[in-house]
Amino acid sequence: MSNINLDHMDSMQFDVLKEIGNIGAGNATTALSTMINGKIDMDVPIVDLLEFKELPEMIGGAENIVVGILITLEGEINGMMMFIMDTASAYNLVNILMGKSLSQFEDFTEMELSALQEIGNIIAGAYLSSLSTLTNIRIDASIPYMSIDMAGAILSVPAIEFGKMGDKALLIESRFCKDDSDVKGFFILIPTLESYNIILKSLGL
Amino acid sequence: MSEIIKVGMADLNICASPDAITTLGLGSCVGIVLYDATSKIAGLVHVMLPDSNKIRNNENVAKFADTGIDALIDKMKILGANRSRLIAKIAGGAQMFAFNANNDMLRIGDRNVEASKQKLNALGIKLLAEDTGLNYGRTIVFYPENGELHIKSVGKPLKIL
Repeated sequence: MSNINLDHMDSMQFDVLKEIGNIGAGNATTALSTMINGKIDMDVPIVDLLEFKELPEMIGGAENIVVGILITLEGEINGMMMFIMDTASAYNLVNILMGKSLSQFEDFTEMELSALQEIGNIIAGAYLSSLSTLTNIRIDASIPYMSIDMAGAILSVPAIEFGKMGDKALLIESRFCKDDSDVKGFFILIPTLESYNIILKSLGL
Repeated sequence: MSEIIKVGMADLNICASPDAITTLGLGSCVGIVLYDATSKIAGLVHVMLPDSNKIRNNENVAKFADTGIDALIDKMKILGANRSRLIAKIAGGAQMFAFNANNDMLRIGDRNVEASKQKLNALGIKLLAEDTGLNYGRTIVFYPENGELHIKSVGKPLKIL
């Protein structure tokens, strides 16, 4: 199997990465539903390779305020993984989990912020552990780092990592909902180029 | 009617008064504004990485501090800017997540700022003002009419350089 080039990926490679996205997002949803002890519906994730310019548009524009949770990966796979959600989704998640009805970040105390960080950690952790099981590769994840800021600024961090490899970024959008509280989140998995090859190779590609 | 020209990530463009030029939500990337006050022509490049020589895939010149600044100057000259009159203002290069600073992958904001300054210095272009580093995103708008760089951040007052 030839080495991967993100700007000119063949359809087989793209399908595999898409499937990893589906399974990861599925696991993350299960983890979330266990955490809130309720049913959560999930749409089929949308997987897309985007140009940097288009990236912030996916999540409401470069100036839209979002919550980003970042975990760095070490071990056999190096890189980073990010979970991003818009503020409405963040309020919904915290409200569902903590039985509150907050609607602005000014109302968030240390407690809510750390709950949010933990939610991100669980979602991202579930995603990574499914990847690890699927590929039989050991992945060591760091503690979660959280930032609440403009989408463009948050996305610059993964975009720069993709920028070292090419001119596109791989984005996995997943949407969950519980009753009428919609939660829309995006996963961005950024293994280094070598790690991409390790993942694909482990899957027999 | 004046317009505000938008520059995306790893992108560059130029404008002349009365138009303005902007880039939204700079994080660890750096926005470099070059300006010729006499012809009132400005250019803006939104760079993601410090050095094009370190990356194999370097076709997009606007992605890197070194090649981005060169390409911007070329474009401004075509519009009638004078190379020797150019000055610079830069913003961005934040560290968006509070990592341990020794991880090279995560110090990219600082490295982008350093590389931008080095390139400007090598070209003899004076850096008049900067708003760089720290841990928050910035939207910047430059007005060639008066040479002002407006910087907007979440929960902070407007800053004018």
